[in-house]
Amino acid sequence: MIEIKELKKSFGDLPVLKGMNLTIPSGQATGIVGPNGAGKTTLIKTILGLVKPDSGSIRVNETLLNGNWNYRKDIGYMPQVARYPENMRVHELFSFIKGLRNQEPVFEKELIEQFALESELNKPLRTLSGGNRQKVGATLSMMFNPDILFFDEPTAGLDPRSSHKFKERVKEEKANGKTVIITSHIMSELEQLVDHVIFILDGNIRYYGTMKALLEESREDRLEAAIARMMGDDSPAESAAAEKPVQNYSNTATEILTF
Amino acid sequence: MKFTISISGIIGFLLISFGTAHGQITVSPNGPVTSIQQAIEMSEPGGNIEVKPGTYFENNIEITKPLTITGENFPVIDGEHEGTVLVIRADSVTVKGFEIKNTGRSYIRDYAAILIDQAKDFLVENNRLDNVFFGIYLAETERGTVKNNTIESYDRREASSGNGIHLWNVKNPEIIGNTVQGMRDGIYLEFAEDARIHGNFSHKNNRYGLHYMFSNGGTYYDNVFRDNGAGVAVMYSENVDMKNNLFEHNWGSSSYGLLLKDMRHSTIEGNRFYRNTVAIYSESSSNLKIHRNDIELNGWAVNIKSSSARNYFTENNFIENSFDVRTDSPRNNNVFEGNYWSNYEGYDLDRDGIGDVPYRPVSHFSIIIDRQPESLILMRSMFIRLLDMAERIMPVLTPQTLIDEQPKMQRIQ
Amino acid sequence: MKSQTLHILSNEWKTLLRGKWVIGYGLIFLMLTDSLLRFGGGGAEALLSLSNVMLLFIPLVGMIYGILYIYQSREFVELLLTQPIDRKVLYWGLFLGISTPLMAAFIIGSMLPLGWHGILILDGSASAMVLGLGGILTLIFVSLGFVLGLKFYDDRIKGFGFTIVIWLFMAILYDGLVLMLVFTFGHYPLERFVIAVSMLNPIDLARIMVMLEFDISALMGYTGAVFSRFFGSNLGIFTAGGMLAIWLAVPTWLGLRVFKQKDF
Repeated sequence: MIEIKELKKSFGDLPVLKGMNLTIPSGQATGIVGPNGAGKTTLIKTILGLVKPDSGSIRVNETLLNGNWNYRKDIGYMPQVARYPENMRVHELFSFIKGLRNQEPVFEKELIEQFALESELNKPLRTLSGGNRQKVGATLSMMFNPDILFFDEPTAGLDPRSSHKFKERVKEEKANGKTVIITSHIMSELEQLVDHVIFILDGNIRYYGTMKALLEESREDRLEAAIARMMGDDSPAESAAAEKPVQNYSNTATEILTF
Repeated sequence: MKFTISISGIIGFLLISFGTAHGQITVSPNGPVTSIQQAIEMSEPGGNIEVKPGTYFENNIEITKPLTITGENFPVIDGEHEGTVLVIRADSVTVKGFEIKNTGRSYIRDYAAILIDQAKDFLVENNRLDNVFFGIYLAETERGTVKNNTIESYDRREASSGNGIHLWNVKNPEIIGNTVQGMRDGIYLEFAEDARIHGNFSHKNNRYGLHYMFSNGGTYYDNVFRDNGAGVAVMYSENVDMKNNLFEHNWGSSSYGLLLKDMRHSTIEGNRFYRNTVAIYSESSSNLKIHRNDIELNGWAVNIKSSSARNYFTENNFIENSFDVRTDSPRNNNVFEGNYWSNYEGYDLDRDGIGDVPYRPVSHFSIIIDRQPESLILMRSMFIRLLDMAERIMPVLTPQTLIDEQPKMQRIQ
Repeated sequence: MKSQTLHILSNEWKTLLRGKWVIGYGLIFLMLTDSLLRFGGGGAEALLSLSNVMLLFIPLVGMIYGILYIYQSREFVELLLTQPIDRKVLYWGLFLGISTPLMAAFIIGSMLPLGWHGILILDGSASAMVLGLGGILTLIFVSLGFVLGLKFYDDRIKGFGFTIVIWLFMAILYDGLVLMLVFTFGHYPLERFVIAVSMLNPIDLARIMVMLEFDISALMGYTGAVFSRFFGSNLGIFTAGGMLAIWLAVPTWLGLRVFKQKDF
């Protein structure tokens, strides 16, 4: 369960989160969408403790975040860009993180098998392909069996086969009652994996509800179209309110559409 | 007891009566002869006096005939802070194996542990002098040897302390293997002719480890002068040979490894100068040969005043001195040639062991310091090195002619 | 806590050693020191040359190394930050994990030749001084590099630019400014001021300590009362040592503060 109240964050003069309120109940699979610069990444980073909020509160499983770190035992995070120390071997990375978390892995073997990483275990990370590095990241995020899973653009570098395997795994986690939060530009992927959608625009939550409701409300069949429509509706109004972000939306709107 | 004494008396008598001319008298705290002075008076000229261990409270003991006085196991002669302890006024006197302490002190009279006054061919050997005003004082003597004595005193004031071995108006003295510390000057010479001073260790004295005044033709070698208030001073003399000595750890704003003043025609060779504030200081001196010395880690290797001329610095090793040469004039009347300078940064393309560009021992920084002493704190900084380098390429401030045209590339062994 | 720090530290050691970069750095000092001793002459000479190199290059290498680590391991550090671990622990683990191998490379690299040429025994205290100062300078400047990397997290050009400028300033220009001050205000009593100003620059501090070891005889020749008292007694070495400790504490503490508060 993640509860966010009145969360605000600015970088310098630029407000990124403008008083966000959000509750993600346990066991829910949620997709976060929105144009670049809308605040998705900042939101996730704030929950992970990478970014400190200016005001507002975040509770993860009833723990109020105030610079503490123990709550992250329940979180697994798979970053968008996976870069590791070049000379470290895969199995060394695993045991390093194990030692760091001071936790015993639950699904280590299973995940290695599932992602076909056995042959990679003894290789230095610099020699791994981008896809394999992503799989290493996915393994790291899930091997400790945390309650909450964050995936940031998880399938970006994966080939179709791996991508498929990854999605299967996420579905399993979902079925096991995990809270799953995914950001992605690939709307079709979200359609497969999540039931709830959070659409963030200009530091505010523009839409939060079930996928089904969103599609019904916008009278579209596909998520992509629904989101595009919402952006189209919003841009003129927003551009009247604030000048700078306009450029962001229009740029990124097309970006999203091309994805 | 009486029996043994009479035996020795008989033996003494027998020795004399057998024509050996050497009577032996034994002095012991338990008698019958309990005073050294008394024994001297009893003794025939050329006699032997043996002194047993114990403490003898005597002073102004006068030896007026040729004698050999030997202490067994270092008997103590305590002068009770009165006058001179032992005065030798006869030729061919030998004094050996005593511990002499507590001479008188005075601002008018030079009280000493042992005074040799107008005598010849003496030998003062293997004595320990402790808490004395002057140690061994030679006045108007000829020949004679002062050997393997140790002299120590504790007055740290220069004005009220005396010299360890003091030579005044003497000829051909030999000063060998003595250890002197805590005196005003360790070894002091004034009007001493052809003195030979070697193997001595003079340290922690209030003023000079060795002080040479108006003493021509002497030589000193293989001595160690360490941590003296003002180092070693050699002044107003000529034809002095200074060889293979070690001058080290003489620190202070007026402290020198070797201070040369009004010296002529002398040789300084094979010495080692280590960690002195100024290794060699020269004022109004000329025709000195400074050859093959090791001058290492001193503040200034050479401080040469422009009043010095025609001095030759050849084949010395100048190693990591903070400053190599300091002088007070842009002109130079001395020669520096064929030395090794560790600060030299030149090259040797023709591989003859001699640097192809001359070395300028007076650094730009030393001139900066002379003008603005606070800049001392910048010593060895990169900025200063860059300035020095620029100065070497385009000399502006440093003396034009003070250069070593043939700097060695390798340390001279 | 402590075991986590050690865990990170040992991991950094392992990967850095495997990277061979640090070993190469140590080898450079090994060859440098050996050739200084082989061709240059005695121990004092070699140690002084070594300290010249050290005073000039360790700050530059340390800072570049620190900032480069931050830039290169950005994603990895962020991944580590999402693990259940205190930022403070992570900071010390990373900082010590990358600075101590560099420090060890310098110390071991230079110490081996000093050992086999017998200088460690002959000039023990001087060797210890030079090696120790090099070690401390490494720590100071790696942490400065860390701070710069964290401050200019997204602007590498600026980060490297500042690194070079800070190095130029501390290693060279600062002393030029001191000299200028001395000559401009030469008629005032400047000793105290000059000592204080020199204490503000860690490179100068290290240089003064080298001076105290090798140039003490020249320093004693100086007649000014303040300098004589400062350099002549243990006051100089203790003050400089204390200031160096402060210089070690300040950037590492600053790095910790920035690291703890930073939005990654």
